[in-house]
Amino acid sequence: MENLNQWTGSKKTWHYLLLIILSLLILGPFIIGLWTSLLPTADISSGKLFIDNISLDNYWAALTQTPIIRYLFNSLFISILTMICQVFFCSLAAYAFVFIDFKYRNFYFYLVLSTMMLPFEAEVIPNFQTIKSLGLLNSYLGMVIPFMTSAFGIFMLRQSFMQMPYELKEAADVEGLSHWQFYLKGALPYSKLSIYTLAAYSFLSAWNQYLWPLLTTFSDDYRPVQVGLRELQSQETFNNWGMIQASAAIIVIPTLIVLYFGQHYFKSGLNEGAVK
Amino acid sequence: MSIEFKNITKTYDQAPVLENINAEIENGEFFAVVGPSGCGKSTLLRMLAGLIDITDGIIKINGKQINGLAAKDRNLTMVFQDYALFPFLNVEDNIAFGLKARKMPEEEIKKRVAHALEMVDLSDYKERKPRDLSGGQRQRVALARAIASDAKICLMDEPLSNLDAQLRVKMRSEIRDLQQKLGLTLIYVTHDQIEAMTMADHIMVLNDKHVQQIDTPLGIYNQPANEFVANFFGSPKINILSGNYQSNNHEITIDKYLKIKVNKKLDKNDYVVGIRPNQMDFETIDNLKEGNASVKNVSNLGSQTIVSALLDNGQTVRIVKENQLSIAPGERIKATSRGDAFVFDPEKRNLAAISVGV
Repeated sequence: MENLNQWTGSKKTWHYLLLIILSLLILGPFIIGLWTSLLPTADISSGKLFIDNISLDNYWAALTQTPIIRYLFNSLFISILTMICQVFFCSLAAYAFVFIDFKYRNFYFYLVLSTMMLPFEAEVIPNFQTIKSLGLLNSYLGMVIPFMTSAFGIFMLRQSFMQMPYELKEAADVEGLSHWQFYLKGALPYSKLSIYTLAAYSFLSAWNQYLWPLLTTFSDDYRPVQVGLRELQSQETFNNWGMIQASAAIIVIPTLIVLYFGQHYFKSGLNEGAVK
Repeated sequence: MSIEFKNITKTYDQAPVLENINAEIENGEFFAVVGPSGCGKSTLLRMLAGLIDITDGIIKINGKQINGLAAKDRNLTMVFQDYALFPFLNVEDNIAFGLKARKMPEEEIKKRVAHALEMVDLSDYKERKPRDLSGGQRQRVALARAIASDAKICLMDEPLSNLDAQLRVKMRSEIRDLQQKLGLTLIYVTHDQIEAMTMADHIMVLNDKHVQQIDTPLGIYNQPANEFVANFFGSPKINILSGNYQSNNHEITIDKYLKIKVNKKLDKNDYVVGIRPNQMDFETIDNLKEGNASVKNVSNLGSQTIVSALLDNGQTVRIVKENQLSIAPGERIKATSRGDAFVFDPEKRNLAAISVGV
């Protein structure tokens, strides 16, 4: 028994040691990034990382000397629009797959699902062609339209709608609710959790888009932050590392906010979809 | 509101679940649909409600054919087994749900909800969410929703099967009272024969896709149309025994002591006899070689005693005595019939004759 206790005790120590090392590995770059964002560029370039004249100068410089505010606004606008569209269209599609009986319903659903297997990179060229012929290159719409719906979102909301007791739908039919009324007053509130999850998820994926805006934006007027940041780095005159770090820190903030508030729903919602 | 089913048939992917259902339900009637699970009784109810299509046949409400009518235009309400309450709405909003959807004036909704809450005695709970209510209260909310809608036809799909036994007995009489008070035509689907017997004006027994019998509770008990109905109703279950017909003295013999007088001439040799446990009797026999059965099991319920015994010819019988007995398994008895029995045709399984008294 004592042996066992010793063993489990030391096992615990090892577990914690491993976890601490792993978390340092993951957190390290973040901490270094945050730290360097507070240092003057001259010191960073000369490798002097452990000095004490830290300041928020880099942040001020990033906000005043670069179009980062504009980038942030662009990103925010695109992400919110994408989020609204995804929640709306995915929930409509999921509603139809669950509550409306039409021919080949399952076939269509699997068709939608199969698009999840398709890597985004494979869709880039046809999507680019389409957006180009619509004349939407370098515009907000050009960055929203290809992402207005997602197979994953439809799948997740379908699972969550399927968990509603079917009697609710029958009761609504007897009470005389139209599909719209049941969608708005029954299905959406019932699946609140999954809706929040999808909203957070789609916001974050839109925020973190890189390849697509890189291909379709040519001016700072429409460029979102992720691409904008890269743009700052590639400008020849620009090698102000402290400022780049500060910009990076700034654009992470909205993500953190969304994650902080969405965390609870995010976890439970994703699991909910996965269980059934 | 009278209801009429005419040759109703329902098939799912070519497989029939209901065939040629005919029934008439009068205004203000409490009509129970009973059958084992999977017999299509819920399907029948949902066809009446307009939730699923009718494959063939006609349903009429007040003489008007309603086959193609949408559920909401049939002017009926439905109470479900799992209550079908919206978890995110409080009691009041759950009841007002349908009324709001029908764009009824606010004042009228308020009035009806208050009235419905009063009828089911839940006025103090109107702010609560369904999860904060007990099973019985949830079911009462579902009833209140039906009351509030003011429709005169109410359909109930096994509304009490999620409740515990005591609550079920209480709710039975509450539902019955409400139905009388509001003058509802109530179609009540259940698999519980006692619910049907205690509540209904008429009972439809469904089994194997067909209507087995439609009658009053006593009619079904006293004159079951076939072996299935006799088996389904009555507790403890009826004894189904096989016997031979003796044409010379109009008797069916099950064994040497168990004989049934038959009131008419029969034309076959073998028959199936149904004898209710309370229509059997026995006396204990001391001599082990005498008698015709030995006791297997005794249940004392206080007001009555149920004895199950094995006849010497291998058939098991249940006998109910209306008093407390001290009798042990293994004792020899002489089991006899008090006289009332049903004689069923062995092939068609329907009622061939009834024996009353000796």
